[in-house]
Formats: sequence, structure tokens, C-alpha cells
Amino acid sequence: MSETDRGAKADRIRHLLETEGEAVEANTLGFNQGRYESVADLEDYEALKDEARAIKEDAIERLPELIDEVTETVEENGGTVYLADDAADANRYIRDVASEKDAGRVVKSKSMTSEELEVNDALAEDGVDVVETDLGEWVLQVADEAPSHIVAPAIHKSEDEIAQLFNEQFDPEEPLETAEELTMFARERLGELIRDADVGMTGANFITADSGSIMLVTSEGNARKSAVVPDTHVAVAGVEKIVPSVEDLAPFIELIGRSGTGQDITSYISLLTPPVESPVVDFDEPDVAFADRNDDRDFHLVLIDNGRMAMRDDEQLRETLYCIRCSACANSCANFQSVGGHAFGGETYTGGIATGWEAGVHGQESAAEFNDLCTGCTRCVNACPVKIDIPWLNTVVRDRINREGDDGQFEFVYEELVPDEEPGGLDPQKRLFGNYETLAKLGSATAPLSNWMAGLGPVRSLLERVVGVDSRRDLPEFQRETLREWYEKRGSRVDPIDADREVVLYPDTYTNYVDVDRGKAAVRVLEALDVHVRIPDVGESGRAPLSQGLIATADEQASRVYAALAEHIDAGRDVVVIEPSDLAMFRREYENLLPERSFERLRDGSYEILEYVYGLLENGGDPTELRDGGEGPPIAYHAHCQQRTLGLDRYTTAVFDDLVYDVVESDVECCGMAGSFGYKREYYELSMDVGERLAEQFTDPRAEDRLVVASGTSCEEQLGDLLDRDAVHPIEVLDPRSRLR
Amino acid sequence: MSVDPGSAPERFEAALADLDVPVTYTDPAGFDRTLETIAREPAIGTSLPFPSVSLPDWVDDDPTPASLDSAVTGITAASIGIADYGSVVLPATAAGSEQVSLFPDLHVPIVRAEDVVADMSTAIARLGPDLRDGGSAIVATGPSATADMGALVKGAHGPKDVHVVVLETRGESDE
Repeated sequence: MSETDRGAKADRIRHLLETEGEAVEANTLGFNQGRYESVADLEDYEALKDEARAIKEDAIERLPELIDEVTETVEENGGTVYLADDAADANRYIRDVASEKDAGRVVKSKSMTSEELEVNDALAEDGVDVVETDLGEWVLQVADEAPSHIVAPAIHKSEDEIAQLFNEQFDPEEPLETAEELTMFARERLGELIRDADVGMTGANFITADSGSIMLVTSEGNARKSAVVPDTHVAVAGVEKIVPSVEDLAPFIELIGRSGTGQDITSYISLLTPPVESPVVDFDEPDVAFADRNDDRDFHLVLIDNGRMAMRDDEQLRETLYCIRCSACANSCANFQSVGGHAFGGETYTGGIATGWEAGVHGQESAAEFNDLCTGCTRCVNACPVKIDIPWLNTVVRDRINREGDDGQFEFVYEELVPDEEPGGLDPQKRLFGNYETLAKLGSATAPLSNWMAGLGPVRSLLERVVGVDSRRDLPEFQRETLREWYEKRGSRVDPIDADREVVLYPDTYTNYVDVDRGKAAVRVLEALDVHVRIPDVGESGRAPLSQGLIATADEQASRVYAALAEHIDAGRDVVVIEPSDLAMFRREYENLLPERSFERLRDGSYEILEYVYGLLENGGDPTELRDGGEGPPIAYHAHCQQRTLGLDRYTTAVFDDLVYDVVESDVECCGMAGSFGYKREYYELSMDVGERLAEQFTDPRAEDRLVVASGTSCEEQLGDLLDRDAVHPIEVLDPRSRLR
Repeated sequence: MSVDPGSAPERFEAALADLDVPVTYTDPAGFDRTLETIAREPAIGTSLPFPSVSLPDWVDDDPTPASLDSAVTGITAASIGIADYGSVVLPATAAGSEQVSLFPDLHVPIVRAEDVVADMSTAIARLGPDLRDGGSAIVATGPSATADMGALVKGAHGPKDVHVVVLETRGESDE
């Protein structure tokens, strides 16, 4: 990316932060909070997600067969099925239906698939008046804007903005002000448009192959009216919406509302088996009783491929087809919470999963626009009701984007890649952050000169110009003596013969070269609990290159790390990791990089440092040396996003509880720094905006005087920039030599 | 799926209370009087498939587009109540129960006490054969609502209020 491109991107993000950020933030935070509360009431949330995932896996596996089955069922019911290759094909069919019906107006309920087709424009070419009946979608139609969210398309608009829009467009007798007035105005106006519509168009959240039913998830009732009032119903849906049977719908009904808007269930779950028995509502015959009508209803199911069958054949993109379009990934995404779908989306789809959809239906170019906004924080992973590893999908697409112009030579065959052979045209910024270990090694070897140089104005502006490192950020200061060097000189203080356990402390790049103090603290804490510590020569976990989409390099580093640790695991030593993002590599991402057995051994043999301390204390470890005697300082604790996804933050808070610390924990999704993300000039302001939500919690009167403690490197740096206090790692609080206590 | 203890009818009532949806219990003898206290006129409805009760005279049970337009209350049968969610399952019929439950400002679903099932999967399992037989149904939970205009508003396109009537027939068999 050129300097100009970076500047333009930064400007666009700043503009969205200023104009749409506030409304998007309020709405997504509300949805997200609702999800947390609603799923907490579920007896077995995880089992329900597993069930949902299994149904989708099976359905996509058997998709061709299910398409045949649903075609047969719908046609037996008296409807028509059309399988469209692409948007143009689908639109041609829909235009033909409208023209056969001599349709002057089509009323339409919200459907992202129809947005993908841009069917409104296609129908408008024939002079058909297409009216969106979902209130949010109608607002956008009136404003001539695109949706910014999968479920709530107009969340970027405030009540005041909508009132202003309606008052200007419709000039009502009394100016509209409140949400209630706006809703009633829309209800009345749209109600009239629906009553004399010729065709109703809907999407379909699910289609059941056994009965030919379509399930529509709504709260307003507009889909019901659109499907039932006119005599012709056209439903458009991607082929991936088919599930085998009616009974398969149950887990999705329980999950979709909770995952999306945080409601236990939406007002209406329509289970329509078209052509429906309901009478047509014909206001031209106002006095003919419904019971006396004998309607000949017409139903068309337009199933759309538009790249989906190719996605099904693509081992990496296939997961995207499990998506039920609930928007949980968008709502739980810290960056989305700040800028919304107009930044975090492509031609049609928005949010975390949008990268997969856009890459599949519109191509990589559309996905490239926003792919970098996924920081890999993984907060969407547990939110997804079908357990799609969305950050991995985004990494895969990022890797493919990096390889564009590389003749596709490396596509889809990561396992065969030559290590460190990233394509020549790779963005220098990605190359810089992806090779952080090399930089750290060099920086440490030449410290303090390197630090002094890095602080110089001309160097900073060069860094900003060439690789887009924002000069408003402090750079990490490299230590001349690395953690490994310190430990080699110092030696172990616990004889392995007397030791209760033996630990391999993983010297992650940051701890080894920059925050050596937290490494020393970790050694002292472990030794205070009678653990013999080793710090072997193990390289970078691959997190840095992976975050830049350099999968080949990450893959190579993963193999090296495993090779260096395997012998220790064999010898019964526990691998202990200080940096949560590196532990997350071992426990999550390595599944995609290592052979299965190797992955499982490392996953099962590695621990986050506070998780390990918790285990030692639970198993009779003596905490005397870790405890000051009195009460420690009150703590404001920010866990790391990937650590929380793995459910590990509870160990830190449990240890603090045991040692009688008073802790307030942040509950934001992410600090916003997210590894290299916050250093990048184009994302600096977004990173700070996300961080503001964390800063607010720690400048609250309940927390403002507390010791700030954070588990992640990036979090510590971000908190240091956001607050006027430095943050420390939890292990430093427990360090027997700590002055914090 | 809620972890609340209690029998299905108790949980149904609690879930409806959470939704701010009033619920009234009645028996065949008190049915007409109960409807009188709940429904606002003009009222329309579709005939009830329960042997022990039928719609009172003041309810127009042969609706037309015109009466649909002017009705304030719509009364329809619910085939299932779902305790965990306070939902009612509204089967669509050729007589227009889908429309009657949707257009008027107040919807009064009538559900028999014995048709209240514990959870969603039981309800969907019961619906499977109906749907495979060409039937359609709405799982309705509370009134129509939207938050698209900046705040939660009830009655977006459908009813602003729902009042559930639970009919206790003590062992009445299916029709």
C-alpha cells in the first residue's frame, strides 16, 4: 500500500468514526451484551452449537442431493424452483416472473441474498416499483444507502437522522420526532404499499428439503405480509440455506436471535410451506370472505449458486457456507463496534464472516478492501453459533491477497510451500511486522543505539512513509541483555532433583528482547513454587507472520517451535507461555499448521503462566512467597482477547482472589492495539477509538486509582498510551521481588 | 432451554411475564366472558378447532379484507404453546388465520393448557409432520416489534399487543 493509499484509508476510517461510529457502537454493544445475557440462560449452549454445526456440515456435504430433494418437494407442492448460476441469471428469472404477472410493484422483505443480486436495480430497469418493507431497509432505500450490518441494516443511523430524513422526504403535516412516530408513519405508509402490491419477495433463513418450507426470522411482521398478501411469492436464497428436515431447524431457532440481536427469540419465526394455504388479501374485493376464496397462489424459489458451489469445493472457504448470517461476528468485533459495516464489508456482506462471503461471491478484490480490519483477536470465535473459525478464514484470504500476482502458484497448497518464500510483491509493511523476530534480534544486539535511532524524528518519518508505522506510537525499547542470556548467566535456583515440576518457559520474542522483566518475574514466581525452569532456544511462534497473512512463514516457524519443544514434552516437562497470543498459537492456530498428533501434544502440554500458577497453588503449592502478608494494591485487570476466547482469564482472577487482591476486570472485547494493528498509520485512529472503551473502564472512579494489570504485550502498550499510568503483567505482581506489592 | 425450574405451564406464564404479555386462564364456561374482558371491538377471528368452545357472536368469524382493515382485535387458535419462550404456534389456514393474527392491533391467541409443551425441540418435532403435509405456521413470541427507528417500538407491521388465553379443558380430547 502506498503512502497516499494509507492516507486515504485513514481519512475514510476517520470519517466513518465521526459520522457513523456513535450509532454503530451503541447498537452493536447492545446486541453483544444481549447475546452474553441470553446465552447465559441456555442450559447447554455448547451442545446446541455443536448440533447446529453438525447439521450444517452434513447439509453442505450433501448439498447437491438436497438441492434435488427440495426441488422435487417444492414442485410437488405446486411451486417452482429455479437454480440460478449467478446474479444475472437470477435477476433475469425474477424479471420474467414480474413481467408475467404484469407487476407494477414488488414488496420485499429484507434479504442479504437479494442485496447480493442487486435485484432492486434489475427490476427497476423494467419500471417495477420495488419497496423494501423492513423498516431499517426502507430507511436506507429512502436515503439511497447500502446496509451497514447483516441483521440491522440501518444501525449506523440515529433516531434524529431518520427523523430529519423522513421530514425532508415526505414533508408530513406534523414533523416526526420520536422512534414511535417514525415507526407508525412507516407502518402506515408501507401498509398501503403492501396492500396493492403484485408480487411479494422474501429471502429465506433456512429451507427444509423434506417439506419445502422456508423459515423466515423476523420481528416486524413485514415478511409475513409480503409473502401472504399478494398472490405471487418469490423467495431468493443461496443454495447453502437448505437443511435436510424440519426437525433440523430447532437448534437454529434457539440460536439465531440470541446470536444476532441478543433476543432469546425474535417475535416471528415463520415456517411457510409455499404455496401457502392463506387466502390472498385482495382489497379490490373487500367484501369477499377469505373462507370463500379459492386462490391460485404462485410460488417461485430462486436458489442461487453465484460462487457457492466453488466455495464448497474450496477446502478453506467451505466453512463460510455454514454461516447462518446472524451477525454475532460483527457485533462481537471491536473494530466493527467502532466503524461498522461501511468500513468492515465489501460489496454486500459486512462483519467478520464477510471476508469469506465476499471472497466467494464477489472475488478477492472485494474482500481485500477490509480484510485487514480483522485483527485475529478471535472474540467472534465463541460468538459464532456454528463455530466457524472466522479469524482463520480471514488469514487464509489475507494470504491469498498477499499472493495475488504470484501466478497463483502457491494457492491452496500451503503445506508444499517453501519456507520464508513470501511473494516478491508483498507489502513492505506486512513484511516488516511479519518478520518482527529478526528486527527484535537486531534491535537487541545493537541496543541502546537501536532505541536511540528509532526515536529520532527522521527515522520515525521514514518508518511512517515507507512502511506506515504511525509516528504517534512509541516503539518498543529493545533490551541489550535478553531473557535467555540473563537466565543462562544466573542459572537455576531450584535443583531439578528437589523440584516438584520441571517447566520449559517459552521465551516469546517480546519477553525475550523487550519486556525482559516479566520473564524474570515468571522465573522467580515459578521457582518460589519449587519449579525447575529451563529457557531453551526456541524461536517465534509464528504469530507475527500469521497476523500479516504470511501463512508459509508461520507454518515454517510452527514446525521449528514444535521441533524444539517436542523433546521437552517427551521428557514430561510442561511448556509455560507468558504471552497469550503465543499460547493461542499453540492451542488454536497450530491445528492448521502442524500434523494433528503434534498439534495435540503441544496443545495438551502447554499452559498460560497464570493458569500454571493456579494449578500449582491448587495442588498444594505454598503461596507464602507470593503474598505480601497484607492486602495488595487494588487492581484493574485487562485480560487478553485470545486468552479470553480460550477461557483462561479466570485463572488470573482466581489467583488474585486467592492471594486477596481486590480486582476489577474490564469487559471490552479487545484493547484495540491487537499486535501490529495499532502501529499502522491507516488504523491508528481506529485502534485508539477501540481502546477508548477500555480506557473508559479504567478511568472510571471505581478503577482510576488501581494498579493497571494486563496479560498481553499489545494490551500493555495500548493501556500505556491511553492512560497516564503504565500497565504490568500479572506475573510481575506476584514476583517475590516485586515492588508493586 | 431455560434453567428455570417449574412445570411447563408455570414456565410458560413466567416467560410471557418476561415479554410483558398478559395471560388469562379460563375454562369453557368462562370463555366468552374472558374474551369480552380482553378483546376490543370490532373483533374478528377464525373458528376454533376446539370442541368445547367457539367464538362468541360479537366476533366476526368470517373475515374479509374490509373487516381485516377495520378490526382492532384478531382472535385465532394456537396449536402449541412453548413454555421456555412464551411462544405460541399459529397454524395458517385457508380462512385467513395468518392475516387475522397479524393485521389487527391486538392479537388474542387461544391455546389449550394441554398443548403447552416444554421446549422448542418438542414443538418443532410436533410441527414436522404438519409442514411435510403442506402446512404452514408461525412461531409467535410477543407482539411485532422493531428497533430500526432508534428505539424499541411495538407494533411495527403487526400487532402492538398480544394477550394469551389459556383454555383449561380438563382432559378434552382432540377434535
